Amino acid sequence: MIRVVVRRVAQSIPLLLVISLLVFALIHAAPGGPLSTYLENPNVRPEDIERLRKAMGLDRPLGVQYFAWLWAFVRGDWGFSYADGRPVLDRLLERVPATLELVGLSAVVALIAALPVGILAAVNRRFDRLSGVVAVAGISLPVFWFGLVLQLVFAGALGWLPSSGRSAFDGGDFTDRVSHLILPATVLAAALSAAWSRYLRRAMRDTVRRPFIRAARARGLTERRLLLHHALPNALPTFVTVVLLDISMLASGAVVTESIFAWPGVGSLFTESLARRDYAVLMAFLMCGSVAVMLLNLVADLAVHALDPRTRDL
Amino acid sequence: MIAADRASARTTTIAAVLLVILVAAAALAPTLAPFAVDALDLANRRGAPSAAHWFGTDELGRDLLTRVLFGARVSLAIGLVSALVSAVVGAAVGAVAGYAGSVVDDILMRVTDAMLAVPRLPLLMITAAVLQPGVPLLVVLVGLAGWMETARVVRAEVMSLSTRDFVAAARAMGASPARVVLRHILPAVLPATAVATTLTVGRGILLESALSFFGVGVQPPTASWGNMLYQAQTTMTSEPWLAIFPGALIFLTVLACNVVGDAIGTAQG
Repeated sequence: MIRVVVRRVAQSIPLLLVISLLVFALIHAAPGGPLSTYLENPNVRPEDIERLRKAMGLDRPLGVQYFAWLWAFVRGDWGFSYADGRPVLDRLLERVPATLELVGLSAVVALIAALPVGILAAVNRRFDRLSGVVAVAGISLPVFWFGLVLQLVFAGALGWLPSSGRSAFDGGDFTDRVSHLILPATVLAAALSAAWSRYLRRAMRDTVRRPFIRAARARGLTERRLLLHHALPNALPTFVTVVLLDISMLASGAVVTESIFAWPGVGSLFTESLARRDYAVLMAFLMCGSVAVMLLNLVADLAVHALDPRTRDL
Repeated sequence: MIAADRASARTTTIAAVLLVILVAAAALAPTLAPFAVDALDLANRRGAPSAAHWFGTDELGRDLLTRVLFGARVSLAIGLVSALVSAVVGAAVGAVAGYAGSVVDDILMRVTDAMLAVPRLPLLMITAAVLQPGVPLLVVLVGLAGWMETARVVRAEVMSLSTRDFVAAARAMGASPARVVLRHILPAVLPATAVATTLTVGRGILLESALSFFGVGVQPPTASWGNMLYQAQTTMTSEPWLAIFPGALIFLTVLACNVVGDAIGTAQG
């Protein structure tokens, strides 16, 4: 177990180096580089820009700048946001709870929907077709458009739910906060549950075909027991892996959903920073997103380890 | 069981026909469109769908149906061409990694893993914001964001094929590594690549529309379904048709691509 963790962490270090190089190169390819916000501002004099360039070390060779940035990043010094001059780390951290709230709820809702649908689709052909069509539609739905349509119908025409934000101006009570969550969580959960129900169906179908299921059926087990106690535990490791890998893709989904619904999370921080060309925040976002993906990869490995006794000797 | 198969074949046919119609409509946009691309009908600004303007008009009085048809050319072209870019890059990386093995394989697969770990859409959004690409460069960028899955599939296929007798025979007859890969291995890998590519078309269209929706993709006055949605966003409540039609077309197109892609995948087993 510990050996798995150590090996995976060691493997991810070169990956992170490649990513950090990519992110660094990208920001420095920008016209005007990290100072482009100032270049466009007529109130900033050329000599001030020169001074900033010196102060920020931008006159040094690129290689030196990269290592200086990397070293600072590793130590948790992620620079300052152009928007308000506060440390990037603080700005990111204060947005994390809102994102976790939204993403967590969406993932739970998606799981609750995907489990029965996936299991039933694996054994009932008619239901499989129906849920298959719905699932492909769910996967093909453009997140931003779906969000806009939901706003239009439920916040605009019907007026049942608030169209954006996390709470009313005064902070809001529990019902108010829940009502703000419903629309964005629906958008995220729809795409996730569509994909997940298909994964589970596939894993279940592969399992149901195996001889031990036929043997169990021959012993006279009820279909229900067969599915839930024999097939499902065998299908679960594959399913859990894809689910965990998908949660990491929520980074992209959250960026879109949060900006449409003005949800004050990490995703909308990203779009705000993109509009301002706030590169320090953008770099930190990409790095954190990648680290999160790798962590979830690791968690997926460990989860399979825990769920599937056959992998334990390896 | 047979009835279900027939029903799913019918779904695939409908999706395929829909795709053909969309591509034809995009190709014939100049003839089909009821108005000129930038024709302004100033008396009819922000008009709801009507007999004259089936999809309504925008804030400048431009006919939405016309713009949607011309937008289809941009959106579909980006989806198709970016999928090709992904396929070519993915096949190249996968083939080299799978055939060369050892250090080359290690390096290429590390880069592939790294690209898979970076959140795709945010990375593309930053790249597009930094480079401010025109449509041709945008196609390449969207393509470069999606080659990793193909590379993995091709690499696995190439690795298993390189141990087969026909490859050993070609090598024994003195074929160079490049010839072995290009003439003997890649043709056998094509079917697997094709499936991966069909599914990338839909994703390419979604990525383009998401980029344009955030204002960093296709820039006006060129119309794409994504940037039409971007412009419609502010007037959603008063002129909902401006958002509904382009978005519905993105949805239908991606849906049709995915249905056809799934069918090809299932047919190949």
